[in-house]
Amino acid sequence: MKALTTLIAMSGFLREYLTVLVFGAAAVAMVGAMLGAGSLLRPKRAQLQKYISYESGVDPVGTGWSQSQIRYYLFGLLFVMFEVETVFIFPWAVRLEDLGLFGLVEMVVFIAILALGLLYAWRKGVLRWM
Amino acid sequence: MSLDGSWYLCLAAAVFTIGAVGLLVRRNVLVMFMCVELMLNAVNLTLVTFARMLDDIGGQALVFFVLVVAAAEVVVGLGIIVAIFRRRVGATADDLHLLRG
Amino acid sequence: MNGLPMNGLPMNGLLVAQAGQPEGLAPLELPNVEYSAMAPHLILIGGALVLLVWVAMVRRRPPWAWAAFTVAVGLASLGASWLMWLDVGRNGPRTAVADAVVVDGYSIFFMVLVSVIVVLGALMGESFLKREDIRGPEFYVLMLLSSSGAMFMASANDLVITFLGLEILSIALYVLAGLDNRRMESREAAIKYFVLGAFSSAVFLYGVALVYGATGSTNLGEIVGYLQSSVAPANGVLLAGVALLLVGFGFKVAAVPFHTWTPDVYQGAPSPVTGFMAAGAKAAGFAGLLRVFFATFDTLKLDWQPIVWVLAVATLLVGSVLAIVQEDIKRVLAYSSISHAGFVLIGLQAANEKGLAGSLYYLLTYAFMVLGSFTVVTLVGRKGDARHDLDAYRGLSARRPALALAFTVLLLAQAGIPFTTGFLAKFYVISAAVEGRSYSLALIGMLSSVVAAFFYLRITVLMYMSTDEEEAEEARTEPLAIPRSMAVVLAVSVAFTVAFGLLPAPVIDFARDATLLI
Repeated sequence: MKALTTLIAMSGFLREYLTVLVFGAAAVAMVGAMLGAGSLLRPKRAQLQKYISYESGVDPVGTGWSQSQIRYYLFGLLFVMFEVETVFIFPWAVRLEDLGLFGLVEMVVFIAILALGLLYAWRKGVLRWM
Repeated sequence: MSLDGSWYLCLAAAVFTIGAVGLLVRRNVLVMFMCVELMLNAVNLTLVTFARMLDDIGGQALVFFVLVVAAAEVVVGLGIIVAIFRRRVGATADDLHLLRG
Repeated sequence: MNGLPMNGLPMNGLLVAQAGQPEGLAPLELPNVEYSAMAPHLILIGGALVLLVWVAMVRRRPPWAWAAFTVAVGLASLGASWLMWLDVGRNGPRTAVADAVVVDGYSIFFMVLVSVIVVLGALMGESFLKREDIRGPEFYVLMLLSSSGAMFMASANDLVITFLGLEILSIALYVLAGLDNRRMESREAAIKYFVLGAFSSAVFLYGVALVYGATGSTNLGEIVGYLQSSVAPANGVLLAGVALLLVGFGFKVAAVPFHTWTPDVYQGAPSPVTGFMAAGAKAAGFAGLLRVFFATFDTLKLDWQPIVWVLAVATLLVGSVLAIVQEDIKRVLAYSSISHAGFVLIGLQAANEKGLAGSLYYLLTYAFMVLGSFTVVTLVGRKGDARHDLDAYRGLSARRPALALAFTVLLLAQAGIPFTTGFLAKFYVISAAVEGRSYSLALIGMLSSVVAAFFYLRITVLMYMSTDEEEAEEARTEPLAIPRSMAVVLAVSVAFTVAFGLLPAPVIDFARDATLLI
């Protein structure tokens, strides 16, 4: 009897983990379904290149200290900049409803300024792979 | 078992010192750059620890700003490094010897 | 919670509800964001964004239009600052945006100063960029952004805002220093400035963290409240934090022993950028330093005054002695700017009202003197921005008498000759030191200004010496042209220096009325 009441008291706590479990299972099922459907549908023609491990488009040969195209840098830098700005967007998104219209306008202004940066980079030809 | 906050502060101070000393003694500009990041992350650890000890969210919010500023610094810094060492093999600070007097 | 749903995300809400926790997320209290309190800052940032869009979208790109636009933006922010000055005069100082920003005479003083620097800097840059064939409006954009950072440092009422202002100021300046990227010297200056600047901001930030840990807040007002309420506030963590803040600011204002980057960066950066750096970045560094130490850590005066004393003495002596042995005009002016920082530190060390007003007056007058000086340096540097050895100034008076006269006035003002603002500025800080009973520091200040007079006079004498045949020939074949915009900067800076040296009252009153909200 005592064990049962403990279990009921615990269940509220445990149910939190149930959500996590359901979420995890859904994620695994989704990825499995997509990959499985892909492997059923696609034609299979074996080529040697396809079995090289994928390294962001760079051939995985030679030592780790190799020179890479300088243009990766530009894209990398742009990526870092935009990625880190999400630090401000996540907390904002969590409390969006409380922040109301004011918060929405502020974030639109913030993202618009970021977009201006991207516009500038685009017009400067940074996004073109020459 | 939980650790006292001062342990984290000591760790952060140690990391900060490693970063500062590294910046002063290393000659590779990229490594100097990493040392700056080390210093900034030590500051982040300090801030989070104090925020926890004081039970105040302000310190954690400050960490966000530090992260973003650090990223902006990385972008500008790497841009400058790429511009200056474009035609050189290594990125050594000893090569910077035009300006002296 | 007024029975409202606790927050927006359904899953999060479900979790909280199911776990049966009585309290959810605390309700948000949105601060009232008074944009008018930051009008000059926002005008500068807006101007920078407009310039960026302009260059991205419009095909026709007349470079003079960018300079004109930047001047207009600077004047607009000057006007906004003036309106705020009148408002503060009527309604008194206040804090805004959840106490993060303060609107008082002190912050508006720096808004005015920075706006003026933007206007003069844009005029200075225009013909330089044309001469060196540097295309694009990046100079103006970065200068506007950097200046907005300087304004934020002056009006910050929270160490976080001070830090953000410092970074906005510095990151734009790193790029500006490397703007002339065909010259190796410029790139080298950029990287040296960047590495030491990043180091100093990390040190500054650690200071912020320690002060936060010791006092429980980064808000300057709350820190003052804590320091006044606690019995023995001066513990090790707090003092270490204050010391690290001083080191961080010391790097920015180029105080010895944190000055090592200054000569190299001043020499390597494009000359107008160096002028902007010497006038704007130094003023901004001191804007943060003076507010934090005068207004916030006033109760710890007895702890930081001796440290500032040592810094001031070292800065004065190293700055003026090492300037003598330099052979490059930009390095001479770099060391002279170090020694000027020493004079402003005298005002800080005095830690009285007169010291604050003296420091502000010094920064304002120095900005005009140094902008004018670097205009001359830019002109004499010729195409390529390379002729900066002192010999380039030999016989300048024969070739360009007006230019030589203007430079003479600006150099003598920096040396502290009477009837110029430079004399009054030195007099003001030294009398503040006497009032604060720092007699030895006042004496060292006077001695170092005597030493400094030597190298200013040396350049002046060089300009009035006769040229040899070869250089006279070169001057004939390749005359030194003075573009109109440069002439305006020179005229304004010389006129300010002389006019307010003769009639000092308005500017001295302006500096005295620029009080801090404590």
